[in-house]
Amino acid sequence: MSTQSLIYLFVALSFTLYIGIAIWSRAGSTKEFYVAGGGVNPIVNGMATAADWMSAASFISMAGLIAFMGYDGSVYLMGWTGGYVMLALLLAPYLRKFGQFTVPDFIGTRYYSKVARTVAVICLIFISFTYIAGQMRGVGIVFSRFLDVPVNLGVIIGMCIVFFYAVLGGMKGITYTQVAQYCVLIFAYMVPAFFISMMITGNPIPQLGLGSTVNDGSGMYVLQKLDSSLQAMGFSAYTDGSKSMIDVFCITAALMIGTAGLPHVIVRFFTVPKASDARKSAGWALVFIALLYTTAPAVAAFARLNFNQTVNNTAYAEAPGWFTNWEKNNLIAWVDKNDDGRMEVAKGDAFKGSPEFVAGTGKSGERLVSNEVLTDNANEVYVDKDIMVLANPEIANLPGWVIALVAAGGLAAALSTAAGLLLVISTAVSHDLLKSTFRPNISEKGELLAARVAATCAIVIAGILGIYPPGWVAQVVAFAFGLAAASLFPAIFMGIFSKSMNKEGAIAGMVTGLTFTFVYIAYFKLWNPDANIADNWLFGISPEGIGVVGMILNFAVAITVAKLTAAPPAEIGRLVDSIRVPRGAGEAHAH
Amino acid sequence: MSDKDPETPGEKAYWKENIRLLITLMAIWFAVSFGAGILFRDFLDQFMIGGFPLGFWFAQQGSIYVFIVLIFYYAWKMKQIERRYDLDD
Repeated sequence: MSTQSLIYLFVALSFTLYIGIAIWSRAGSTKEFYVAGGGVNPIVNGMATAADWMSAASFISMAGLIAFMGYDGSVYLMGWTGGYVMLALLLAPYLRKFGQFTVPDFIGTRYYSKVARTVAVICLIFISFTYIAGQMRGVGIVFSRFLDVPVNLGVIIGMCIVFFYAVLGGMKGITYTQVAQYCVLIFAYMVPAFFISMMITGNPIPQLGLGSTVNDGSGMYVLQKLDSSLQAMGFSAYTDGSKSMIDVFCITAALMIGTAGLPHVIVRFFTVPKASDARKSAGWALVFIALLYTTAPAVAAFARLNFNQTVNNTAYAEAPGWFTNWEKNNLIAWVDKNDDGRMEVAKGDAFKGSPEFVAGTGKSGERLVSNEVLTDNANEVYVDKDIMVLANPEIANLPGWVIALVAAGGLAAALSTAAGLLLVISTAVSHDLLKSTFRPNISEKGELLAARVAATCAIVIAGILGIYPPGWVAQVVAFAFGLAAASLFPAIFMGIFSKSMNKEGAIAGMVTGLTFTFVYIAYFKLWNPDANIADNWLFGISPEGIGVVGMILNFAVAITVAKLTAAPPAEIGRLVDSIRVPRGAGEAHAH
Repeated sequence: MSDKDPETPGEKAYWKENIRLLITLMAIWFAVSFGAGILFRDFLDQFMIGGFPLGFWFAQQGSIYVFIVLIFYYAWKMKQIERRYDLDD
């Protein structure tokens, strides 16, 4: 069977599986729709959380980013895992004990205020839509790369699939589909990683391979060899970063705290039976996430090493098969600056922007680009960082079914995250806006219908954002984490750990954190991107890391305002007491 | 939920113990990631663990393993504390 038909087969099989699960686990009540009935086993929930969490970006792009960032890539590794410690220790068990369905539910009740709830809903919708637009685009890109389907048709197919299980099954359908998706994506990620590790170091476990010697008889360690080959080509060493220490610190912190404040992650811990299960479940989620996140840096280093060895200074005519394959897919380009027929890899960009291919081929048979060639550096090769994962199976000479598996895995990663995000958006609309704010008398059936309608609308909007991506989508992923860190996290944290925090303080804090972070990121990313250099940053902190400053401002403003205004009513003190002890979570959730 | 009795002495002591445990574990969390992986990385990088400079290892592998241990230790320890105060769920 050809690789192409294997890809179709694998993708079709995985989609059938997801739809089958959706039909089997339809939601019958709002409780099932919002929190899967609150009875999900902590390990199962951990697995679903891991799939929910790991997006197309984690699966396809992260290893490539790390490959080109070296040490600086650690911000993603620590940032996107360390947040689970904060979740398990500081938020999840208490929110589970509180026993309601959503993050705005908690903020609205704890701060006895519809304004606080509405501010939380606004933060939530903004964060989630920023995130989801990227996911739908990711679905489209995987389709176009592996299935030769136009990106837009890919987005529409993805919308239909998500529509099926998110709208029918709600949280219940999503949870069980995500378990299946986790299995598909982790298998698809690990198989090529094992073989690449084996090929380069002789040790099949990538996490150990990264610390082993290279398999070429030189006796050098992988990282040593990578450092010396990069330095010889004019790059800085792989194990040294180029970002400043304060920036690495702040980006890592913003990603960690942002993770702990992301509504679609928090809501997953509302689905387990007890507060103590929420802690365990966060631990299991991190185990399942860590499997991919400790493999990614190994894949990154192997891919970079392999790239340096097989591409640099090789004649184009003798380029490895994957190189020309991905050149056909527009992800690689080569311009022969010194006209010697060899591909030079060095520091700097080969040409301006991403490649604009034109008809015809050059002297060596390479595809031509119309971009302005940059002659201030010797680099001749453009590489889209995504190929570091996508080309892995070909680099390791793996059979076609592994490539098909990677395609199915990339789709699983994108779809599972999109579904989780859609659910929190629809819940925010039907539960927090409709039921709790505007139409308190709505019936159970009416609310469930509203949730399904809201989910449908959200899918359509997400799809439109995926088909017509506003130029800023890629630029603003920093928004999601920065805003979650600066707005939702402090409000939830103080709601649990401080009895004296009142509604005035919490609202003032959220608004301050949100506004400051929004303006800072928007200024550097949207209004004045040319000014986005370290000299102009506040304390040298890039827009990616500024959420930490927003969070500190939020805390400072909230505490000051709370001191100057009336203390919260006595029943809030009792509410805080009751969420602090685990006993009774079952009762609070029963109806 | 809201007509529950005010906090009992047992609940107070339980919460105090929880906070003490949280501070210890969050300190370790900070030390392995921000400490070993970022602030003291240059110092630690002079030591090697297998083929890894130590600081680099903490930043890209070690901190993640410690995170997992921290969560499971917390879950286990809290269960014990809760049983002692008869507050478990």
